[in-house]
Amino acid sequence: MIQINGQAVNAAGKTLSAYLAETAFDLAHIAVERNGEIVPKKQYDQTILVEGDVLEIVGFVGGG
Amino acid sequence: MALTEEQTQRYARHIALKEVGAAGQQRLLEAKVLVVGAGALGSAALLYLAGAGVGTLGIMDDDRVERSNLQRQILYGTKDLGAEKVAAAAAAVRERNPEITVRQHREKLTPDNAQRVLADYDLALDCTDRFETKFLLNDACVLARKPYVHAGVVRFGGQVMTYVPGRGPCLRCLLGAVPPNTVTGAGAGVLGAATGVIGSCQALEAVKCLLGVGDLLTGRVLTFDGLTMAARVSRVPGADPDCAVCGTHPAIDDLTANRREYEPETVPAGAAHTTEDTKRKD
Repeated sequence: MIQINGQAVNAAGKTLSAYLAETAFDLAHIAVERNGEIVPKKQYDQTILVEGDVLEIVGFVGGG
Repeated sequence: MALTEEQTQRYARHIALKEVGAAGQQRLLEAKVLVVGAGALGSAALLYLAGAGVGTLGIMDDDRVERSNLQRQILYGTKDLGAEKVAAAAAAVRERNPEITVRQHREKLTPDNAQRVLADYDLALDCTDRFETKFLLNDACVLARKPYVHAGVVRFGGQVMTYVPGRGPCLRCLLGAVPPNTVTGAGAGVLGAATGVIGSCQALEAVKCLLGVGDLLTGRVLTFDGLTMAARVSRVPGADPDCAVCGTHPAIDDLTANRREYEPETVPAGAAHTTEDTKRKD
């Protein structure tokens, strides 16, 4: 299992892109931290999630 | 300089806090904070910073008060319709706390004025309403080595993060480049009290930063959803060494040279490419 925003998720083996495509997240407005490091957006396709990964997906809105 | 009798009364609830005390209150009275944007976020932040006795408050906005503002921009009342926001905001701040020095910056934040305006302040608050300006303020603070509190709000919630030079990621580390302003208050709506929550969090972070107390949202992002009351503090500890503005080999070291990212509407269609543009493509 993978921890995503504190929840256990069954996503090991998927690329980060593939996982995000199943969610409502809009890629331009999020940051993804994996095991303490920011994943650059251009690496989302090559980042394969593995068992034990801890991810934070943070959404940003721009109003004020 | 000791607090006066009137100050001791006014700030009694601060002085009672061990994290503030008379010495902390003195620090607040000597501090200078720039609030960029006198809208919904800026309203809540300015009122609480004024109440807290932050000695100098800069207010930056070039807009006028409109009727649809009154639902959430709590600095303003019906009497202020049509008034310049900085003037109305300054009056509200002085009403709350006459000893605050208020500086009105009746202008938009631009690549041309950002460094000059920021120079006079200890810390800034991002109370702006579009990503281009958020990135401009972020880059300006990184280059000026000034701490600032980022925030955004729409519909029922948003996020807050604090940038302190050298102590965690900046906004650009996390988002890379300016994302589209697809969801705005005007289009999607925004609940007043949600802006109060986010703007108040900004004031709280600013006061903690000025006092040097508590745990700041550095390397952390607070995300709040007022519809569900879900609040999460996500740890994002690493600054990106490849960040274009705060990384080890920054591509952005001059705000005016990066103008087209902050002010895309001012760049004419079909503008000739320069070597700077070619470099910035990667």
